[in-house]
Amino acid sequence: MTKLRVVHYINQFFAQIGGEDKADIPVQSREGVVGPGLAFRQAFGEQAEIVATIICGDTYFNEHIEEATKQIVGLVRELKADIFIAGPAFNAGRYGVACGAVCAGVHKELGIPVLTGMFEENPGADMYKNDIYITATKNSAAGMRNAVKDMVSLILKLARKEAVGASCEEHYLPHGIRVNFFEQERGSRRAIDMLLKKLAGKPFVTEYPMPTFDRVKPACALQNIERAKVALVTSGGIVPKGNPDHIESSSASKYGAYDLTGVDGLTSDRYETAHGGYDTTYANADPNRVLPVDVMRDLEKEGKIGSLYNTYFSTVGNGTAVAAAKKFAVEIVHKLKQDQVDAVVLTST
Amino acid sequence: MVKEIERAGIPVVHMCTIVPISLTVGANRIVPTIAIPHPLGNPDLSASVEKQLRRRLVDRALDALRTEVSGQKVFEAK
Amino acid sequence: MKLEMGYFQVTDITFDQQSSYANHVLIVDRAAVEKLVLSEEKIKSVSVDIAKPGESVRITPVKDVIEPRVKVEGKGGVFPGFISGVDIVGGGKTYALKGMAVVTAGRVVGFQEGIIDMSGPGARYSPFSQLLNLVLVCAPQEDVERHEYERALRMAGFKVAAYLGQLVKDMEPEESKVFETLSLRDSNSLYPDLPRIAYVLMLQTQGLLHDTYVYGVDAKKIIPTILYPTELMDGAIVSGNCVSACDKNTTYHHLNNPVVEDLYEAHGKTVNFVGIVITNETVYLADKERSSNWTAKLCKMLGPDGVIISQEGFGNPDTDLIMNCKKIEAEGIKTVIITDEFAGQEGKSQSLADADPAADAVVSCGNANQLVVIPRLDKVIGILSEVNKIAGGNIRSVRPDGSIEVELQVFIGATNEMGYSKLSAR
Repeated sequence: MTKLRVVHYINQFFAQIGGEDKADIPVQSREGVVGPGLAFRQAFGEQAEIVATIICGDTYFNEHIEEATKQIVGLVRELKADIFIAGPAFNAGRYGVACGAVCAGVHKELGIPVLTGMFEENPGADMYKNDIYITATKNSAAGMRNAVKDMVSLILKLARKEAVGASCEEHYLPHGIRVNFFEQERGSRRAIDMLLKKLAGKPFVTEYPMPTFDRVKPACALQNIERAKVALVTSGGIVPKGNPDHIESSSASKYGAYDLTGVDGLTSDRYETAHGGYDTTYANADPNRVLPVDVMRDLEKEGKIGSLYNTYFSTVGNGTAVAAAKKFAVEIVHKLKQDQVDAVVLTST
Repeated sequence: MVKEIERAGIPVVHMCTIVPISLTVGANRIVPTIAIPHPLGNPDLSASVEKQLRRRLVDRALDALRTEVSGQKVFEAK
Repeated sequence: MKLEMGYFQVTDITFDQQSSYANHVLIVDRAAVEKLVLSEEKIKSVSVDIAKPGESVRITPVKDVIEPRVKVEGKGGVFPGFISGVDIVGGGKTYALKGMAVVTAGRVVGFQEGIIDMSGPGARYSPFSQLLNLVLVCAPQEDVERHEYERALRMAGFKVAAYLGQLVKDMEPEESKVFETLSLRDSNSLYPDLPRIAYVLMLQTQGLLHDTYVYGVDAKKIIPTILYPTELMDGAIVSGNCVSACDKNTTYHHLNNPVVEDLYEAHGKTVNFVGIVITNETVYLADKERSSNWTAKLCKMLGPDGVIISQEGFGNPDTDLIMNCKKIEAEGIKTVIITDEFAGQEGKSQSLADADPAADAVVSCGNANQLVVIPRLDKVIGILSEVNKIAGGNIRSVRPDGSIEVELQVFIGATNEMGYSKLSAR
């Protein structure tokens, strides 16, 4: 088994060149290990070898992010590295940004496994944790030993393309991707422990941080609704009888587009619902209860709206991932724009 | 889906029963409906009365589409 | 309220002429069980089978899992409102057969019932792979209305569980445990320095196959109320729920509620467990507001320092969960919520449909969308083709070699939100 070739990136301080006074040194390369590379070498053992260390001043890097990254990617390519590690940067902000940027750059250009380590409050963490893995470290170099241990363990996993466990198991910063694993204690027990900590004012870690949602600027109101082409969209799963596109009853992986030409109202012999998350009796008996085609046709005949768009779009909003729903909507919007639809009524169950 | 449609500049009204979720997620024009399994219906009513109910809800949805809003607004029954 | 539970371990089940329990072996008179099931007129046929841990057996579609119990002393009987009258239960003495369960199976609606794999990778995701299961695979009479058939199947399960429980009624259990909840006044004076904890148990109540019953009453019609924790041990709450196999509370989960068990374990030591508030999850916004208002009010009246809230189901009930959490926190009571996640197959999507900063202490029971490949098993008890329609399966699920790629959603109990299992996510 050949040893994996590792290239290691560090700053001027850890290279023992100098402190703030030397933060402006440009990119340079040295053979073998420098500074903390020694600890990495010991931890890698026979599995990997640091063939070179790239050093750059934190100020220089942050003032030349693009060029410096490009230069470093070039060096890493020439050195034929199998894996690339940077830092760990602990709580040093510019160093953290540098480590994150070079790792992201190397990973993007060369496709090799990369890893850095930093404290969760390092600005570099928020910037890069969704692009690359970042090992969670303490906030100072006193945490070097554990940082090296955790980084070596994870980077070797990445190099061997093994499955990576949950963030708390592998000690990387949570990166918005939920990974399942089995705890030691059952959930009820963990709940009691967490509550007792919360009551005692002791620190605790929630197992799921609440998300925040972006806001979209409201679209302008319709000016002339009597001339508007209005489309119907639903997440209630109304489909032609037999569900010809096999839209799943839960975790839908697709949406359907169905022709409404000549249809004055939905009937139970020709339509049904595919949704598995609610009592379907009522929707199956009268699908207009979920997709109000009958009323929309009346409004069209009375001239209250210009026209009902001749296609409706349907998917099942039962445990369907938000990312999937977003994807459907982007495609639906494309069609709506092509056909100059003026407004949408979207019904949900 | 509502937000993606709105992002493209097409006015969209969300007719739904669980208004809090729609508010949390960020729909702008919201019309509360009857119940989860029959948002635009009520099986306890006769067919013609039920259709009138559905018509009133859709009318309210069209009103919402015609109303300028600067943020989120729930269009309740008057 | 004080209940003494007596436990009888079952280490094997076989069929024979007459039902009995001796030396940890349960003998089942198959014909008697069949007759009992068919006493429910809407059931046309039943086949009774046994599935043991480690066997290459897949049970599907599963409706409910029930632990045999019998009331030995005290008011009322097990499964009040169904098998027994409506006396208040939870006191006296009750026996349970441990290590086994009655499983009802067969096509009810065709989707969202679940799978129990007795071996292989799927076995890790259902606690029932560790039990000896007596499976009742039923089929409905022609032209039976769905609501009626579900009720018949539900009753059949309770009847068989009660019938088996009767076998140990006059025996001495090897192991006993006492559970006691005093009045608020007495428990507060007995444990003045322990944090007072209440438990809010949310029940799925959204219509056909999404229902729960309390003393025989459809819980979508109740206003939130208070129970002694021991009432659950006598089957005061039972499942009529078939949605989302992974996080529905089977009757077995209700009987063996882990939050109740673990709070009793800690009671008198690190906590003062004051009682349970049950509430529902309906399909009307006004009900959600009303129920969460009442739940918060009852919590305030019980006077706890902290509350644990467990959910059942996902999607619109996430709104009930967040409402309960927010309103209880607004009363100055600290909460921890237990829920599962639907974060998409890649784990990148938003796990809950609703959110609020007040929910800052969450226990996660795992992402139900995670994909898993389960191999072909030698025997299927039930009907395999239903898997395609079961939530989490899709039309390509069954591969030519017989293996199936499915989401964790399909396994009964995989992400149970009482925190019964150890699966979690970060």
